[in-house]
Amino acid sequence: MLRIRNLESGYDRLKVLRHISIHVSSGEIVTIIGANGAGKTTLLKTIAGLIRAQAGEMLFEKQEITRLSPERIVFLGCSLVPEGRQVFAPMTVRENLILGGYVQYQRNKKNEVDADLDRIFGLFPRLKEREAQLAGTLSGGEQQMLAIGRALMARPKLIMMDEPSMGLAPLIVKDIFATVRRLRDEGSTVLLVEQNAKAALGIADRGYVLETGRIILEENAEDLLSNRDVQRAYLGRDLDTETKI
Amino acid sequence: MFWEPERECMDREELKQLQLEQLQATLSRVYMNVPFYRRKFDEMRVDPDEFRSLDDLRKLPFTTKNDLRDNYPYGLFAVPLREVVRIHASSGTTGMSTVVGYSKNDIKNWSNLVARVLTAGGVTKDDVVQIAFGYSLFTGGFGLHYGAERIGASVIPISSGNTARQIKIMQDFRTTALVCTPSYALLIADTIQEMGIDINALSLKYGLFGAEPWSEKMRQEIQDKLRIIATDNYGLSEVMGPGVAGECLQRNGLHINEDHFLVEIINPDTLEPVAPGEIGELVITTLTKEAFPVIRFRTRDLTRLMAEPCPCGRKTAKMLRVMGRTDDMLIIRGVNVFPSQIENVLMSVEGTEPHYQIVVDRKSALDEVTVMVEVSESIFFDEMKKQAQLIETIKKRLSSELSISVNVKLVEKKTIERAEGKAKRVIDNRKL
Repeated sequence: MLRIRNLESGYDRLKVLRHISIHVSSGEIVTIIGANGAGKTTLLKTIAGLIRAQAGEMLFEKQEITRLSPERIVFLGCSLVPEGRQVFAPMTVRENLILGGYVQYQRNKKNEVDADLDRIFGLFPRLKEREAQLAGTLSGGEQQMLAIGRALMARPKLIMMDEPSMGLAPLIVKDIFATVRRLRDEGSTVLLVEQNAKAALGIADRGYVLETGRIILEENAEDLLSNRDVQRAYLGRDLDTETKI
Repeated sequence: MFWEPERECMDREELKQLQLEQLQATLSRVYMNVPFYRRKFDEMRVDPDEFRSLDDLRKLPFTTKNDLRDNYPYGLFAVPLREVVRIHASSGTTGMSTVVGYSKNDIKNWSNLVARVLTAGGVTKDDVVQIAFGYSLFTGGFGLHYGAERIGASVIPISSGNTARQIKIMQDFRTTALVCTPSYALLIADTIQEMGIDINALSLKYGLFGAEPWSEKMRQEIQDKLRIIATDNYGLSEVMGPGVAGECLQRNGLHINEDHFLVEIINPDTLEPVAPGEIGELVITTLTKEAFPVIRFRTRDLTRLMAEPCPCGRKTAKMLRVMGRTDDMLIIRGVNVFPSQIENVLMSVEGTEPHYQIVVDRKSALDEVTVMVEVSESIFFDEMKKQAQLIETIKKRLSSELSISVNVKLVEKKTIERAEGKAKRVIDNRKL
């Protein structure tokens, strides 16, 4: 579904990503784990078209998207749930969601927007309860649900999520991840960027480890969980003390 | 039957993407973690960050068996020793042994790859697999063992040697699949015959043979004598062990597990890639190994890649059975001669047995080759004239194949020493 080769990206003269090659197949949850500053957010923003790639190629469903605008990329079916939710605070929950469905009007599918809205409310009953409430008054977890719901309104084939667990209570995180899994089970494809490597690998099929702008490991999620480098660096296990007798 | 169909039958384009991703990750890791590779890359001014396509592989330095020896024992490990769960050493066919390590994930991948090879060779969870490879530092025994267990087969870890006991176990435990070297399989077959055991009373169905080069004629012989389907498989400890490649039931070339190994064929003299389909030295880069990745390892094994799609459905590239080793290559009066060429000629001649030895001497500065070959009893006790005819035929064919003349000596059956491991085919008496 998504195939990236030798992607280089960054900010002005600061190169953050060096020759990144990754792929996401249809129906997969792929996670990219890595420490703060490794380039995870830059990668998602570059795919979404928010940052212009400096080199490399990105194919979404065999179509080159490297030079396309963010709107065009959303139109093609690739949506981003941004880091820190970024919901429109002064607008209601319902308005936020309708806005997410804007692209459906371009696709001449505006008659489907109501059904999509119902689907989102089915997925997140909490949002239905707070339909008329201003987004800025929601709790962190609810805002995250809203951000995901807003992205889903565009009917994406690939949904990219940037740190959906950030700043949320563990129980809420569990909910959010259960939702991600459910989305996949219902046929969505997910590219998930997370600092919470354990939770991400727990639901993912495959993962990449990003370190200072380079991919250093590609493996199925289960194998990454048992990789000792990954355990030490990202899963917070201090193996040196564990192995002491 | 496939073990991992989504990988073995993967679309070529997808496979290329996966290989590129894995190769870039591997290069970043070895550059970071293995001083040897970092130094070598720096010397050759190779920046792993500048690696853009699989073709860039050609810019990377080769790794040789000598590099492994120079870094004995742990110098090329890419992870700290505490993450290594297994250590093997090369079987030392050629010189001092070299040491390789495996992480937990490496062992898991290894088991899966061997499971692929076994499945391709006909083995299922219902089989009783007798593993007559040595269980030791040599990767053969443990490699096949873990793979067979992974499939869920019943594994008999009998190890190599004690042929009479092998046969007794084979009878009593109703072994259905035999795993060993092809020359040992022949020895077992001959011993079964000698002991007067009815081959039809055995339960054997499949044989998976590897660890040494063998020929099509030898396969026929083993298949006929043991009444089994015999497949060839390939691997080497420096790269992983068995599981690098294996034949499917088509028995026409070995499927390479390309999602874990990137292969090239080079000319061993010029080190340049050969034209597609040409014979040359196999060079392997590992794509997923954690503890002991190797970059462009020169295997010294001679083969060629086969482009034709396989009717079995696997889309992985196939390699021809290994024809010999570049360091088996004998230089006789300036001509390159591979023992496998001699074997092929012998196998094509009626009346010879698949046991032979090549003796090289130097008499007054001239190399002399004598090929000793066992012949069937009927010929050996036959009149001199027939023997002389046979010698003439073999000589003629050999000299046209090798473009040098060689001596041929017929010997009685069982004269040439039988090996329980790898057969010793060449005796070089020259003091060079």
